[in-house]
Amino acid sequence: MKDDLTRQTNRNFIKNSNHQTKMYSLDVHTVCVCQCTVLSGVEETTERNYYSRYHNMSEITAWMEQMKRENPDVVSSMVYGQTYERRNITLLKIGLSSTGRKKAIWMDCGIHAREWIAPAFCQYFVKEILRTYKTDTKVNEMMKNLDFYITPVLNIDGYIYSWHNESTRLWRKSRSPGTGGCTCYGTDLNRNFYANWGMVGVSTDCCNLFYCGTKALSESEARAVTDMLGKMSEDILAFLTIHSYGQQLLVPYGHPNISAPNHDELMEVGLGAAMAIMAVNGMDYTVGTSPDILYPFSGSSQDFARLIGIPLSFTFELRDKGEHGFELPEDQIQPTCEEAYAGAHHIITYAHDKAFYSYAATVTATLWTTLLAAWVSSAILL
Amino acid sequence: MTTGVLNPSHYPARRAATVVQHYLNTRYGSPYRWIFLSKVHSGSAEDMAEMRKYQLELTMQEMISNVSGQCSAELLFPGGEGQSAPQVQASCEGLLQSNPTAQEEAFYQQHRASNNMVSGSNIPDSYGHMEPSMKPFWHLGGVASSCIMLRESNESTLYNMAQVANFTQLETEKDQLRFNYHVLLHEMISQEIIHWKLLVTWSPEQGVKVLQTELQPKCHDCEAPPNTTN
Repeated sequence: MKDDLTRQTNRNFIKNSNHQTKMYSLDVHTVCVCQCTVLSGVEETTERNYYSRYHNMSEITAWMEQMKRENPDVVSSMVYGQTYERRNITLLKIGLSSTGRKKAIWMDCGIHAREWIAPAFCQYFVKEILRTYKTDTKVNEMMKNLDFYITPVLNIDGYIYSWHNESTRLWRKSRSPGTGGCTCYGTDLNRNFYANWGMVGVSTDCCNLFYCGTKALSESEARAVTDMLGKMSEDILAFLTIHSYGQQLLVPYGHPNISAPNHDELMEVGLGAAMAIMAVNGMDYTVGTSPDILYPFSGSSQDFARLIGIPLSFTFELRDKGEHGFELPEDQIQPTCEEAYAGAHHIITYAHDKAFYSYAATVTATLWTTLLAAWVSSAILL
Repeated sequence: MTTGVLNPSHYPARRAATVVQHYLNTRYGSPYRWIFLSKVHSGSAEDMAEMRKYQLELTMQEMISNVSGQCSAELLFPGGEGQSAPQVQASCEGLLQSNPTAQEEAFYQQHRASNNMVSGSNIPDSYGHMEPSMKPFWHLGGVASSCIMLRESNESTLYNMAQVANFTQLETEKDQLRFNYHVLLHEMISQEIIHWKLLVTWSPEQGVKVLQTELQPKCHDCEAPPNTTN
């Protein structure tokens, strides 16, 4: 932890060597003591700086505790599994409490370790809904009707490994060891789900970046998500999994010969989300199935979610298009998160309104039809 | 293989367009000129004897001046056995000026006299950060990488430079700045990170030339776990 703070200190000093640095302490419990810098003569708030930086796993864990502490009425956490290296996989459950069973939105980030912008987005998303739910009527309504299940880092072992030093920064997979004489590490968690497992876009070589594991759900991280989704599948309205890079919104399925039953709806909602994204900073995100716009692959979490009946299942590939790739500069974190939030908000709003308004619309239509029939029959009688 | 009119947002057009990007950088790139694909407007592909031919209408952007231009390009991907590079022809409007810029000249003069050999590493670093003085060397690495990325490209690849691992300036020779570069390329379709060592020369007059290339073997031993007790 001290090394991380030193690194952060050096980094801020190098970036802002013309400016004063000040020590801020959020509170005695918070580990992420930050060196806040004065920019343009105006004091940047701790919070605004925080969501414009990448954070290691210790910081993210401490941040999750802080979110619970500061928002006890709406935020709780759940440990729902363990990584290969026996770390707890934790999600934040965010929503206004209610007596009945609530519908849900699922979001996970960081299934691939090197895609650092993804956990940054999960953190931003949480911060944003907590910031706005009291004042924004739509967010408030969705917090009443839904619970958000957000996993900031799914592949915790891989993420920690990618923070170890410069040579590990571009690690992708989990950190489980190879078997059967294969000495490389890691399974591609997004090839390990029980969704046409092992069929296309995978490798059986444990050194390969697409190694799909010894069998479906060989990885504890994939099992954790599978178990949670299995328990909740009837209630989950939308499943969002966050990656980088490429600026794309992927819809199921990864297998080229299979189409989702609601493919047209998924494309329409996806294109709407891409328009919402473009409206923020002008960035274009391409929408389509992976076999069409990227490459075919099976065993993904997105495909599994759709297969068990979650209607809206999207993979977000965030900035950029290859100029920096995985090492997206920190000054792009904020704009990337803003646009991705707009896209996610579009999908979630659609999912929410479909669940909570179309039923009412159906009831109303039925009522009118009944009334009309009664009027016609009574008119005839008269 | 897709043939006929291409959907501009589907992968065949995108991969071919990226090859055009690599080509333009090898021809016109410099420490102060780096071209990136902005948009694919339209494209088509056809089978020819032993070859696949693409035609594309694109917008490319020069990343330092932020100037965009329309480009028409034609690519030939060789079929059959043997790895040979795709052949590219492209013409762009309003994007490519032939004369070196004032910045390029100043940069060249600054580093030509070999009093102070420059070197750098991890550009960008893990946080995507680089010192402003390193940016031209990052672009130069990108342009040099484009030579390899062009040579290695086919219809099943999509290359970007992930990072300049390190570079070292060597003695100027025949008025050319010279550098050893170690670059990391990201190949999207395999998701592999591929290491290359390059001997690179540059001058405003001659442009970027890659004199030697050396593929670094993938280091499986490097994957032994460190003591991460976190």
